[in-house]
Amino acid sequence: MSKLTLVQAVNDGLRTKMQEDASVLVLGEDVGPKGGVFLATEGLTAEFGEERCFDTPLSEDGIIGVGIGMAMNGMRPVCEIQFQDFIFPAFDQIVSEAAKMRYRSGGQYSVPMVIRTPYGGGIRGGLYHSQSGEAYFAHTAGLKVVIPSNPHDAKGLLISAIEDPDPVLFMEPKALYRAFRQEVPEGKYSVPLGSAQTLREGDDAVVFCYGAMVPVCQEAAGRIAEQKGQEVRVVDLRTLLPLDEDAVLDAAKACGRVVVVHEAPRFCGYGAELSALIAEHAIEYMEAPIVRVTGFDTPFPNTLEHYYLPDARRVTDALERVLDF
Amino acid sequence: MASASSIRLADPGGIQLCRVLREDGSGLLKGKHGPLPDREQLETIYRAMLTTRLLDDRMLKLQRQGRVAFVGTASGLEAAIHGSAAAFDEEDWVFSALREGGAAVQRGMALYDYVAHMFGNDDDTAKGRQMPNHFQCPEVHFPSWSSVIGTQLPHAVGAALAMKQRGEKRVVCAYSGDGATSSNGFHAALNFAGVMKAPVVFVVIDNGWAISVPSAKQTAARSYGSKGKAYGVAGFDVDGNDPLACYQEVRKAVDRARAGEGPSLIALRSYRLGGHSSSDDPSRYRNPEEFEYWSKRDPLLRFERYLEAEGLLDEAKREKWVLEIQTQIAAAVEKAEAVGPPKLETLVEDVYEQPPRYLTRQVVEALRIVAEKGEADGVAGKFPL
Repeated sequence: MSKLTLVQAVNDGLRTKMQEDASVLVLGEDVGPKGGVFLATEGLTAEFGEERCFDTPLSEDGIIGVGIGMAMNGMRPVCEIQFQDFIFPAFDQIVSEAAKMRYRSGGQYSVPMVIRTPYGGGIRGGLYHSQSGEAYFAHTAGLKVVIPSNPHDAKGLLISAIEDPDPVLFMEPKALYRAFRQEVPEGKYSVPLGSAQTLREGDDAVVFCYGAMVPVCQEAAGRIAEQKGQEVRVVDLRTLLPLDEDAVLDAAKACGRVVVVHEAPRFCGYGAELSALIAEHAIEYMEAPIVRVTGFDTPFPNTLEHYYLPDARRVTDALERVLDF
Repeated sequence: MASASSIRLADPGGIQLCRVLREDGSGLLKGKHGPLPDREQLETIYRAMLTTRLLDDRMLKLQRQGRVAFVGTASGLEAAIHGSAAAFDEEDWVFSALREGGAAVQRGMALYDYVAHMFGNDDDTAKGRQMPNHFQCPEVHFPSWSSVIGTQLPHAVGAALAMKQRGEKRVVCAYSGDGATSSNGFHAALNFAGVMKAPVVFVVIDNGWAISVPSAKQTAARSYGSKGKAYGVAGFDVDGNDPLACYQEVRKAVDRARAGEGPSLIALRSYRLGGHSSSDDPSRYRNPEEFEYWSKRDPLLRFERYLEAEGLLDEAKREKWVLEIQTQIAAAVEKAEAVGPPKLETLVEDVYEQPPRYLTRQVVEALRIVAEKGEADGVAGKFPL
């Protein structure tokens, strides 16, 4: 075991799989000698050579399209999109090609590829280095969407994603890249896709969250315990698609009061799906309206980013509203 | 790490690089040149280059002190930027990328507006929405840029076609870097411009690096200028550290576009002397000998030697101008720092021309939470590149 940051755990996960499986390779902008702009791929070119970790020309469309072709022909590419905000030139390749290959070929071809990309705010990145676009992709049948919230899960989920037979969008919360360290096992282990985790027990209310919002929700749950003596359950979804529906419904039924938190805009955001799921299957358990705490329905600002992003202040406010209803 | 023998050279070999000014700046090369800037334009170009260098120096210091969040400097690219920008008229449009903000100032944007944008304060014309170095100035026909690479290039073609359809004799400048030549936008823009004979000049400032990826890995083409050929667009490769050559070749392209002869692609070969930005450490991927080689070819020094040889500049004049510009920058910084951030209410403005009711509700809710629970904390993270 060693204490790693989230970005170091990603690096460790890549290295672990590259050592084990010669078909795993890494491609993207600046992933080579520089080691990626966040240093997630640091040292991989030196260790595995330019054939297995290489810089590409500046074309996201090219990175993903070439990755698809490699995946169709026996490789396990891990494509890096430098910022999730830059993924849209490759939207066509992801949504129309990678996600549909298995279905359109009647299962004759598949795309076992991972797309790693840092997402979310918190680094003064403004409009184009801060977005949370998970809802675009969670709406796409054929993709899997994974968002870790801590170093242990980041490595374990990444290993599962690389081993998965289908295309996985692996969104990394850049605000947490170096926020804290955690014990991470050496060598190979996996955290299964499609499995949520309860990070804090409680049955007065439940808050569903993922990625960079997880520590925010934990902080808010702590404030509620301190101020009101009530216990809020914190559930980290970890995989958005496929969703761990049982975990969501069990927690919603057990608590009866639900808050959903994400930093992406509210309208048609992932919280809408969670709220609808709970309303469809557990409305009779609800003792308060389901409340969402989200980014504004605006593009991502720069100077006012800290007001845009949900913080413990706003999550606490929402928890108070459902608890006092 | 590349060996010394494989460093990027000023002359790539194998392609004809247009050059007017001798490498040591001592005078013009033999041969027929023109059109060249007149004396007034020479001074304008030089002052713009100097302003950009001094602004970058100041902004970088402010960034190091934590007063500005991010800076992408133009160090080493001043001749390419300001020599080319001088070739366009007041009524022409300029679509920029990351490093051409100085061209907006050259075209008449107030220095204070430049600085206010760097702070993203309440005076920023973009209301603090963008990261620093994403300049705009409608008064000088300089539209807003996104950080997504190459997306502005088709916009430039569209703006040029609008001018053409209205029968205006205006031209559009489309700046990009070498990395952008790999983007979808570059391909679409060159293709459309060629087919539709758009009055647009694509100015590729090839600074050698797309963050950490060298130009040699960006394309297998012999040069960026040669990329025009396949699109039916006239392409040229120019010494980007020679402000006279940059002006001359871009000016000829502007004249052709204005005369209805269609688009051109002008690749200005230069070198990024700084990192990609204030957060980048180029020593991780760049050969120090290459940096040494290019810092001896600083375009500002080369142009100064020429202006001195022509009797247009001396040390006293230079010092006077430096002081003048530094004083203007200092005043702008002082003013900008005294202005607060945009108001919370501005967050929902400009999503649409009129804020829909649900957005107004979201801001009312935010104000309620501020009243009940206090202001939001600032963000802790730092920009990585």
